Amino acid sequence: MSKNKLLIPLLAVLLGFVSGAIVMLITGHNPIEAYSALLKGAGFYGNIKRLGDTLLNTTTLILTGLSIAFAFRTGLFNIGVPGQMLMGGFIAVLIGAKLSYPAAIHVPLAVIGATVGGACWAFVPGILKARFRIHEVVSGIMMNYIAMWSVYYFVPVLIPGNFNTESRPIIQTASLRTEWLSAIFKGSYVNSGLFIALFCVVLVWWILEKTTFGYELKSVGFNIHASKYAGMKVNRNMILSLMIAGALAGLAGATFYIGYADNIKIGMLPSHGFDGIAVALLGLNNPFGVLLAALLFGFMNAGRLFMQSATNVPNELVPIIIAIIIFFAATSLMLQTWLQRVEKLVKRNGDK
Amino acid sequence: MWDILTSIVPLAIAYTAPLLIIAMGGLFSERSGVVNIGLEGLMGVGAFAAAYTMLTAAPSMGPSSVYLGLLAAALAGGVFSLLHAFASVTMRSDQVVSGTAINILSAAITVFLARSLTGSANVQIAGLIKDNVPVLSKIPVIGPLLFGNAYSSTYIVLLIVVVSWYVLYYRPFGLRLRACGENPQAADSLGINVQRMRYIGVAISGIYAGLGGGIVIATYSWEFSPLVYSGLGFLALAALIFGKWNPWGVLGASLFFGLAKTVADMSKLFESLNNLPNIFFNTFPYIVTLIALVLFSKNAAGPKAAGEPYDPGKR
Repeated sequence: MSKNKLLIPLLAVLLGFVSGAIVMLITGHNPIEAYSALLKGAGFYGNIKRLGDTLLNTTTLILTGLSIAFAFRTGLFNIGVPGQMLMGGFIAVLIGAKLSYPAAIHVPLAVIGATVGGACWAFVPGILKARFRIHEVVSGIMMNYIAMWSVYYFVPVLIPGNFNTESRPIIQTASLRTEWLSAIFKGSYVNSGLFIALFCVVLVWWILEKTTFGYELKSVGFNIHASKYAGMKVNRNMILSLMIAGALAGLAGATFYIGYADNIKIGMLPSHGFDGIAVALLGLNNPFGVLLAALLFGFMNAGRLFMQSATNVPNELVPIIIAIIIFFAATSLMLQTWLQRVEKLVKRNGDK
Repeated sequence: MWDILTSIVPLAIAYTAPLLIIAMGGLFSERSGVVNIGLEGLMGVGAFAAAYTMLTAAPSMGPSSVYLGLLAAALAGGVFSLLHAFASVTMRSDQVVSGTAINILSAAITVFLARSLTGSANVQIAGLIKDNVPVLSKIPVIGPLLFGNAYSSTYIVLLIVVVSWYVLYYRPFGLRLRACGENPQAADSLGINVQRMRYIGVAISGIYAGLGGGIVIATYSWEFSPLVYSGLGFLALAALIFGKWNPWGVLGASLFFGLAKTVADMSKLFESLNNLPNIFFNTFPYIVTLIALVLFSKNAAGPKAAGEPYDPGKR
C-alpha cells in the first residue's frame, strides 16, 4: 500500500507531461523540443543564473504548499492562500516602502509584518468555522477577493508608484535579496527567503510529528468527534491551524513581493496560491514531499518563458500540465484501480 | 441624479446578466449535490469559445455570428464541465480540488489556444449593440431604466431564469435533482439514478456558466483576453450563497452585486459619487456574503449533501 502511495504522485506527474505533449502535438508543436527548452530555461544544462531562478520559484511554492498541506492535516482546506499571500506581501511592501531602518531591523520587521498579515487574514475563516460552522472554502474565497480589492484601493492611496497599477519600490534595506547569493547565482533574484522556506519545512515537520499540539491537530483532522470526546479543544485548534497556515502564506508573500519583485501589482491574485494546492497534493501533505513537489513546479515555472521564446510554445503549457497533474492526483481512485489491474496482469503472466 | 440613474442602471443590468446566468448554473450543480468552484473556469472556456467562433464566423455570417458564438460558448462550457462531473461524481474525488483544477486548466488552455490559433492572447470581436426595446422603453420612468440601452442577451438570460425556476420547482425532474442534493440515499431508494442526476446538474452548470462567459464577450467586453479571469465566477458563487440557493434570491443578489460593481467602476465619472472610495463597493459583495453566512448559520440554508460524494454502500 505504501508503495502505491508513492507511485500515484509519480504517475500523476508522468500523465501530466504526457497530456502536455498531446496538447502540443494537436496544436502543431514539437514536444521534445519544448520540454528540452523547458529544462534548459530552468538551468538544467549548467546555466547558474537560471538554476537560481528555479530556486527562486521553488521558494514561494514551498511556503504556499506548506500552508495548504498544514491545514489539510487538520482537515481544513485553506483555499484562502492567494489572499493571505497577497495581504502578507502588501504589509511587507508597505513596511519596506514607508519605513526606513538599517537592514538588520528592516528585513525582520517586514517579514514579521507579512507573517502577521497572513495570519490575521486566515483568522477570519478560522473563527467563522469554529463559531458558526461556515465552510472555510467559501469564506476563504470571499477573503481572497476582499484582499484583492483592498490592495487595489490601498496601494494607490498609501504607496503610489510610477504606474497606477503598481506600488512604488521598497527601500533596498528591506529587500530579502543578498549580495552573496546573487553573486553565487550570477545575478538571479534568488534570495534569503529560500532559507526561511527550508526552515519552515523542518518547523512544520517538527510541529506535526514531534509536538502534542501537532498530534492534536492531526487528530482533529482524522476524527473531529473523537478528538472532542478525548477533551481536545477542537475549535481553538482549528483557528490556530488556519492562522499558522495563513502565516506560512504570508511568508510566501514576503518571499515573492520583497524578495523577487520589489513592489506590488494591483488587481490580481498571485497564482502561486492556487499552485500551492498542486504542490500539497503531490507532496502527499508531507513537509518533505512538499519540498520535492515545489522543486518540480519551481523548475517548470522558471523555464516557461524561455521555452516560449525559444520554441514558440505558449508558456501557458506549464499551468496546463500543473492542472492536469492536480486532476490526476485528485482522481487517485482511478489511478489506484489502474495500478491494481496492472499488478494483476503482471502476476498472471508471472504464474505462466 | 436622474442622468446618473439612466446611465448606471442599464449598465448595471448589462453587468448583471452574465453574473446571473453563471450563478444559476452554480445553483443547478449545488442543488444536485456537487459543489462547483470551477464556475470561473467554465465561464472562461465559454468566453474563449464565443470569441473564437465569432471571429471565424463573422466574415461569412455577419452580425448573426454573435448568436452562433453564444451557442458555442454554452456547448464548450457544458463539455468542459464533464471533467468536473467525472472527477467528483464517478471518481468521488474532492470537489474543491477538482474545481480548482478546472479553474487553472481553463485559464491556461484558453490562452494557450488563443496564442496558438490567433497568434495573440487577445481576441477582438464585434459583439452585440445596445438598443432600446421597442414600445417598452417608451414607458415613463421604468422604460428608460429597464428597457433602454439594453442588450438582447439580457432577455435571453431572464427567460432562462424563469424556465429554470419552473423546471426546478414544478417539474418532477427538478424535484429529483434537488432530492439528490438533500438526501441522495433516500433519492436512490426511490429509484432515482443519483449519479446521472449529478452529471446533469454539473453539465447544466457548465452550459450556463459557458453562456455567461459568451455574454461577457458579446456585450461589454468585445474581447477575449487573460483579463476575462477577473473573478466573475467567484462573484457568481457569492451571489448564489447570498441568494440562499434559490432562483429569485439569486436574481436579487446578482442585481445587488451588479449594481455595486457598476457604481465602483463608474464612481470616477460622476462628480457626486467621486468622493466614495471604490473599496467599499468592490468588497461589498464578499463582505455581505460573509455576513449573510453568519446569519444563515443557525438554520443551514444550502443543500445538505452538497460537497459529499455519493457512495451507495454508505447508508
